[in-house]
Amino acid sequence: MLRLILARLLAMIPTIAGVALIIFVLFSVIPGSFASALMDDGRGAMDPEVAARMRAALGLDDPLIVRFGRYMRQLMTGDLGTSFRTGEPVARLVGQRIGASLELALAAMGFAMLIGIPLGFYAALRPGSLVDTLAMIGAVSGLSLPKFWLGLMLMYLFAVHLQWLPSFGYGGWRHLVLPALALGVSPLALLARTTRASVLDVINADFVRTARSKGMSETRVVTWHVARNALLLVLTTVGLQFGALMGQAVVVEKLFSWPGLGNLLVESVFQRDIPAVQGSILVLVLFFLVINMLVDIAYVLIDPRIAVQAS
Amino acid sequence: MRAMSTSNTSLAGLAFARRSMPPLRWVLVGLVTLCAVVALVSPGRAQTTPRTGGVLRMTAPYGSTLTSLDIHTTPRAQDGIVAKVLHRSLYAWDSAKNVPVLELAKSVSVSTDGLVHTFKLRDDAYFHNGRKMTADDLIWTYTRLMDGTKGFPGARFVRLIKGAVDVEKGQAKEIAGLRKIDDLTLEMTITDKVNPGFYFIDDVTAILPREVVESGEMLTKPVGLGPFKFVEHVPGSRLVATRWEKFYKPGKPYLDKVVVLIMGEAAARDAAFRSKEIDLSILGPAQYVAYQADPALKDGIIDVAEFFTRTMGMNPAFKPFADKRVRQAINHAIDADLIIKRLVKDKAVRASAWLPAGLDGFDAAMKPYAFDPEKAKKLLADAGFPNGFEFEWTTSQNESWGLPIVEAVIPMLAKVGITLKPKLIEAAVLSETITKGDFQAYIWSNSSGPDPVASLKRFHSATPHTAGNYVDFKNPAYDKLVDEAAAATDAAVRTEKLRAANAILYDEAPVWFFNYNKAVMAYQPWVKGLQRNATELTHQYPEDLWVEATSPAQ
Repeated sequence: MLRLILARLLAMIPTIAGVALIIFVLFSVIPGSFASALMDDGRGAMDPEVAARMRAALGLDDPLIVRFGRYMRQLMTGDLGTSFRTGEPVARLVGQRIGASLELALAAMGFAMLIGIPLGFYAALRPGSLVDTLAMIGAVSGLSLPKFWLGLMLMYLFAVHLQWLPSFGYGGWRHLVLPALALGVSPLALLARTTRASVLDVINADFVRTARSKGMSETRVVTWHVARNALLLVLTTVGLQFGALMGQAVVVEKLFSWPGLGNLLVESVFQRDIPAVQGSILVLVLFFLVINMLVDIAYVLIDPRIAVQAS
Repeated sequence: MRAMSTSNTSLAGLAFARRSMPPLRWVLVGLVTLCAVVALVSPGRAQTTPRTGGVLRMTAPYGSTLTSLDIHTTPRAQDGIVAKVLHRSLYAWDSAKNVPVLELAKSVSVSTDGLVHTFKLRDDAYFHNGRKMTADDLIWTYTRLMDGTKGFPGARFVRLIKGAVDVEKGQAKEIAGLRKIDDLTLEMTITDKVNPGFYFIDDVTAILPREVVESGEMLTKPVGLGPFKFVEHVPGSRLVATRWEKFYKPGKPYLDKVVVLIMGEAAARDAAFRSKEIDLSILGPAQYVAYQADPALKDGIIDVAEFFTRTMGMNPAFKPFADKRVRQAINHAIDADLIIKRLVKDKAVRASAWLPAGLDGFDAAMKPYAFDPEKAKKLLADAGFPNGFEFEWTTSQNESWGLPIVEAVIPMLAKVGITLKPKLIEAAVLSETITKGDFQAYIWSNSSGPDPVASLKRFHSATPHTAGNYVDFKNPAYDKLVDEAAAATDAAVRTEKLRAANAILYDEAPVWFFNYNKAVMAYQPWVKGLQRNATELTHQYPEDLWVEATSPAQ
């Protein structure tokens, strides 16, 4: 197990370095700069001398290779750089946001798992039934609903009309409900479909038939054999979706004024705050990699054969 | 007499009633008392005198975050909203009179040549850390802004002070034009005879305490001279500030607390406003129509024609645009009124020329270019383009001055033979593209006030392209008029020169004059004291705002 974790951790290094290189090159060649973004509301022409000084102060006049070298040196010491926008360390900016992002992602994924997995399971145990049909129609709808639209509908229903929940903002569980629902519907739908497919696949397997023929009760067959074996695919989906949720939350965070990492990333792109963009993306990638590593570890715990194969 | 007699009869009747029907009297007294009590506690009762206390929930609608809490580093409108809460500059904007007024000084005396301004500073202005403001704070602030190793946006204003440029270039450590007479007297020598109020009003020149800036705390716990002191900032979500008890205006601020909610999404603001979670919300064109049509919301709308002029700039380096007749033809070929009505939903005022209404030099009698395609065709033919031409129009996605407008113009110009090809770019890239001159035509919304001279100087031939003369306008007669307006001591002469210069712009048509922005804000019925700030409607001076007891905010 330790070797597996170590191998996964080592594999992260080239991935992160590759991502860092791609982001750096990408944001070095796209048009626009921090100085030009400050003028985007047309309130006044940026004095050319000021803009030039700003560029020099931010180190943007240096050759690309020099900037990349400086950036990589900083990264190796764990320094994500300094935000052009606020003048604060990017690590601090990311640190301010990561908690809110995790909170939202956990709530959304919790909601998705709580409803999606049992629903998929139930639908698979009764294929062709009304519940199965409705669940799958709901799943397809859930996958195709745009998050922005869904979030708005939730706002108007629960905040404007019913006035049960606040329509936006951060602080306390009441503020969390609507963004979590808006973000969680898509993974819920995916989990329901995946669970159903996985259970259906397992439920017709030879070892399940054997278990039944040995006289094992249906409850025990389902909980012991079917659920455990179906869990692998479900777990993969949960892991991938949870990692992706952090990035997908951009729209929802913006809509609900949720102070998450996605919100920071988008605004930093608009304002060409390159260090903040790079830092945010790197943290999101790192988060994704860690989640995947945890999923791999969970595989081993669920199915020891994987550990044997890996070794 | 008849009246007297009637009155006597009534009194007699009342006396009779008093004697014969005591229960009725008590019923009447009871009813009157009940009415008085109901009137006092009624939630719909409108107060006329400001109420102290309460919370105001403003919105910062221009993005999903604030740029920086160090206000010297950001010129964006979004950060200006917070600046008005926490900070103060030497001057403030009087929205009623549309002029800058002294804010941190009680008086100013000006030398006969108009270059030396001696400010008697307020002796009751305290930073939120409790320290009293002195002349040293102004000197330190302006010197900081001229730090040549940094790119402070406020440098362009402070450069007006004699010797400021030397500091910027690293040739001096102190600004020669700033002299402390005593703790509360500051002498400022400027290089041009202008009203410094237009320069030292901007939030990027707010007076900050040196010790807080140098400690680095300004980035996380800003300290200023404003009516509210910082409490918390949840990045991307809100900023909270509480009443500053030592604020220098007696009895102000009225509010206990201000919450600035960062809400970049218009639809989310709409939901929050309807559910009464926010008190103020800036409206876009579509919402403006919806709110006007809603009986519950239509009375809570405030608007103002802001000092922003939306235009299509034409690059004279592109051959057709070098000819004045082509530029005039474009102004005649586009039905701007129709676009304003249908697309901008009347959330704009048709522009006649560059200077917007409310500014000195604006000529109300000047009629905008008439929509006249036939005249446009004739002008094009006279200019040697009888079959029109093709050009590329650089634009952002903006709904009020971006791609939707350009798309609406395509068929209009096609009717006079001009083929228009939109080139869509990101808003953050637009300014860079225009500054570099990498366009044939562009559409943008630019600040055109509050200083009319500075506004017209944009088109002065001495103004570099990168500093705002994006259409490289050159006209000696125009330059002369603007220079004369800047030098004029007589207000009437100044107005006359400004009008004449604006008229040249109209005739030369270096741009397509589209509209002046009409900013529209929705407010809840309990919010009072809103100001029609033409420099930016969202930039409310919060010390003048108050809320009735009916406000649900706690």
